[in-house]
Amino acid sequence: MMNHHDFQQDPDDDDGVMESLLLHDEPSNPLQPPPNPKPDHHHPLLPSTQSPKSPTTFNSFLDPPSYAEAIFTSFDSSSSSSSNGTNHSHHHNRNTLTDELPSRSGSGSVSDYLYIFVSDPQKEQETSASLVPGAATTFYTYLITTRTDLPEFGSSTSEFAVRRRFRDVVTLSDRLAESYRGYFVPVRPDKSTVESQVMQKQEFVEQRRAALEKYLRKLAAHPVIRRSEELRLFLEAKGRLPLQKSTDVASRMLDGAVKLPKQLFGSEVATAGELSEVVQPAKGGRDLLRIFKELKQSVTNDWGGSKPLVVEEDKEFLERKEKLVEFEQQLSGVSQQAESLVKHQQDMGETMGELGLAFVKLTKFETEEARFDSQRTRASDMRNVATAAVKASRLYRELNTQTIKHLDKLHEYLGTMLAVNNAFADRASALLTVQTLSSELASLNSRIEKLEVASSKIFGGDKSRMRKIEELKEAIRVTENAKTCADREYERIKENNRSELERINKERHDDFLSMLRGFVVNQAGYAEKMAAVWEKLAEETTAYSKEAAELVVYASSFTLAFGLDVLLSRMPPSSPELADTTSCLISSSCWSTCCASGRADGVGSTQCKASFKVLSNSSPFVDASLINSTSNTSLVHSSFTIEATHCGKSTPFIASPGGLPVRSSNKITPRLYTSVFVLAFFSFESSGARYPNAPAVAITLELAAAVINLERP
Amino acid sequence: MKMSTAPYDLEQQQQHQRSGVAASSQSPRSPSSSTPFLSVSVTDPVKLGNGVQAYISYRVITKTNFPEYQGPEKIVIRRYSDFVWLRDRLFEKYKGIFIPPLPEKSAVGVLKFHMFWFITAEKFRFSAEFIEMRRQALDLFVNRIASHHELQQSEDLRMFLQAEEETMERLRAQETGIFKKPSDLMQIFKDVQSKVSDVVLGKEKPVEESDPDYEKLKHYIFELENHLAEAQKHAYRLVKRHRELGQSLSDFGKAVKLLGASEGNSLGKAFSELGIKSEILSTKLQKEAHQILMNFEEPLKDYVRAVQSIKATIAERANSFRKQCQLAETVKLKEIDLKKMKGKGCIDLKSWQKLSANIMRQLKTESEQATKTFESIVRLMNEEIGRFQEQKTLDMGIAFHEFAKGQARLANDIAGAWRSLLPKLEACSAA
Repeated sequence: MMNHHDFQQDPDDDDGVMESLLLHDEPSNPLQPPPNPKPDHHHPLLPSTQSPKSPTTFNSFLDPPSYAEAIFTSFDSSSSSSSNGTNHSHHHNRNTLTDELPSRSGSGSVSDYLYIFVSDPQKEQETSASLVPGAATTFYTYLITTRTDLPEFGSSTSEFAVRRRFRDVVTLSDRLAESYRGYFVPVRPDKSTVESQVMQKQEFVEQRRAALEKYLRKLAAHPVIRRSEELRLFLEAKGRLPLQKSTDVASRMLDGAVKLPKQLFGSEVATAGELSEVVQPAKGGRDLLRIFKELKQSVTNDWGGSKPLVVEEDKEFLERKEKLVEFEQQLSGVSQQAESLVKHQQDMGETMGELGLAFVKLTKFETEEARFDSQRTRASDMRNVATAAVKASRLYRELNTQTIKHLDKLHEYLGTMLAVNNAFADRASALLTVQTLSSELASLNSRIEKLEVASSKIFGGDKSRMRKIEELKEAIRVTENAKTCADREYERIKENNRSELERINKERHDDFLSMLRGFVVNQAGYAEKMAAVWEKLAEETTAYSKEAAELVVYASSFTLAFGLDVLLSRMPPSSPELADTTSCLISSSCWSTCCASGRADGVGSTQCKASFKVLSNSSPFVDASLINSTSNTSLVHSSFTIEATHCGKSTPFIASPGGLPVRSSNKITPRLYTSVFVLAFFSFESSGARYPNAPAVAITLELAAAVINLERP
Repeated sequence: MKMSTAPYDLEQQQQHQRSGVAASSQSPRSPSSSTPFLSVSVTDPVKLGNGVQAYISYRVITKTNFPEYQGPEKIVIRRYSDFVWLRDRLFEKYKGIFIPPLPEKSAVGVLKFHMFWFITAEKFRFSAEFIEMRRQALDLFVNRIASHHELQQSEDLRMFLQAEEETMERLRAQETGIFKKPSDLMQIFKDVQSKVSDVVLGKEKPVEESDPDYEKLKHYIFELENHLAEAQKHAYRLVKRHRELGQSLSDFGKAVKLLGASEGNSLGKAFSELGIKSEILSTKLQKEAHQILMNFEEPLKDYVRAVQSIKATIAERANSFRKQCQLAETVKLKEIDLKKMKGKGCIDLKSWQKLSANIMRQLKTESEQATKTFESIVRLMNEEIGRFQEQKTLDMGIAFHEFAKGQARLANDIAGAWRSLLPKLEACSAA
């Protein structure tokens, strides 16, 4: 941490910082993120960290915010800024989680907010009589704080808190599943009994806390469920959870067994209360006969050739369902690949960091052992490499944090798909109930028919048959009532399914779009930052750029100034695609001019360097200049350096004492948008060749260009 | 190709600058040019033979105007063991000079393994990569020798560059037959080490230089190897990481494209675009992996090899020093011996003088020779270490520059690809 504070104090002195990082900070691993980082370090894209002077470890360490940064800062901040102000007072320790909240729960509007925080897990003893005395079981309760302005919540204060245990959440979830059939009710976190045994207690409790918070927030984000009585009670009611547990299996079983005949055979008029039973799915062993019947029905549906009387007729729904199934498959595929991508991104960052550290060590070593200047040069080059690698490693790490954050939507939707499947199951079971009741009706009707046919054969009627018919008719009436209820329930579920599908399609569109944008923007933004890091290194090492790889000399023409014999030759390029050296030999003496023109190839070069060597055994006067530079491309050279080296004998030609300088260089700043340059050489030799068979002036042109520091125009 | 010639070009330039040799000499229009030049290229690796006998042969092309050479251009076929022969001969003859390192022998083994057991497209790619890396390393090796002001005069180099294949084969066979040299420089070094440990164990009186500067140098070289090996290891891992990330990006792209197809609408299109971009970037990552391997990892490895070559020279110097000490000791002992002989008077003075003069002359010549050898090694090493440092600063600089450029290019490609998606996403959200 100390180390990072150093950076903040002096963000401009990058070199000094690196120096200290590389040479004096051996014990504190510069790769590691600061221990126990504050949330805003985690989130470099929050608006608060935008200013380069702000107390972040990283941004101040890097260059001031770039063009790229400005672009992608604005994006992520739009979703997090609204929450930023609100979460400072209470939950500043978790504001990274909060910032996801409003984007979904608020659905844009500032009012109607419902924020839920889960915190402060506490161990408690089971007070109610445990079966085995002395073996009191313990459990954890969590403080659930709600902040809302929804009118449904009766509390006068807009903020309240209750303590709940996991069991309460299970109750809530069961009740919601009962009351909101057909809705995509978010699936509650798993009991994860295995993890509770295996994991460290602290870790497990924290994991569960996070899971609960996520779950409750998802409930709060659901347009219908957030206004549900069940959720309100769960969040608001003081003391024990007033929600009744869904009837436990044993009592249900008894209940069901008693109620069933009434329901389906209608020995008495079904009351409204009993009819409501029929709208619930026949699971949980509540009514055995009904289960049996519905099972038979489903078997008939599956295997029997007979078509059920009521079939899923909604083509559109079936299509959508099928599509969702496919979607779920692809989604899980993407989610897997995303995980592997994140892992490899992480590995890359780590390896880059290790490489950086290796060079940090090398730098230190070479600096300590240096006996030659070349070693010191190398050490400083290595330091630059180390700096760049460590920076890149950090960028990879940050990028990964962002990538995880955004691609987590995929996981979230896998969870949503569970809820969707549950809702579809609700629908299927409601349909099954309808189908069962329909076939029940049909069989009742056919029995009446048979009885009627049989009784019609006996004139005057068969008393007992007539009574039977009456009974059956009553049964039909009850069953029809039940069926009407079941139909209504089925329709309701259908409608719920439909509206939910609509909602989720819209939401998914938005969510995925924002996920894609988040992913893409961060990938691009961090890649740009990395590019800047490496370009800086490329610039620092540009002295070593040996080849004019980026520079293609496409023409080399030499003009005679005074019609003298000029022998020109172009060096065969060392490789076919590259002509980096041009040499011309001027065999005779006198004024001559030769030009070489080149074209910088590459994007946005800002520096160009041309060097040439003059080898002569007499006295040439050579000058080179950029005499023409025009282009319609958008390349920019901010500087153009020409370096001339004279080898061999150099006697004064002009009245300059001591001859020509061995090395001369001049810098030219061409106009903007320059990519073509022409070099001109004037060589003058007064007395001709001194040695037979040797060229008077041999000029070797070596055009070396360094195209670096890529910048967007 | 570009890369293969580049480092040596620079080296040559530097060499030429130092020795005042003109660089224009390569121009074909200047055959009469007074500037001597010797440039070699190792090209066209071809697999010859079958099974375990298989090896790679290279075409070694020499262009020169050295008068000792047969002509301006010569092409010979050489194999790896020929290069080893050259290296060993030079090591033997130019004691004190850091002989340029050769790529590892083991690489060939791996190569063979790949070639004969896993001829799948993927493995072949690795093999091809391997062959090319080795070719570059061999090219660099020969050109380093050719540009070294002393080594370039070597007769063995001339043989290597010009002898017919049969001659070369005979030479190679002789070498291994008669001299029975340790096949590897490292072997020599290990021998010395064991001798040194013998010394430590008291089997022999310790004979070692105690020059603190030289001690420091030795320490430096040994430590340097460790540090470099670590850097190289991470560099190699980085190559792998690029490949892995490339692979997972490609898989991710495929999965995202499928998701896009199932989604259908404008969002689906956005997904598909993302998938396509991922796949494009995947190939860029693979390319960059190759670039890092060739232009960053290989120079680092070459650096490690060079340090190992210096270690061999250090071992040689220790040998030579020991020899010199032993001879000096022998001279002293012999003198005492002779004096004793004289004192006993069992020989007449005249013949004693003659004998002692003879013996002493012979011994002293030998001793002086050893001292001279040792001193020459010391002198050469002092020269060489400066050259080595300069050379490596340059080599590393190039490697760093290439690495930085490659990474910058990759990062820019990535940024560009993703950024180009943004307008599409924007349009999608507007729709």
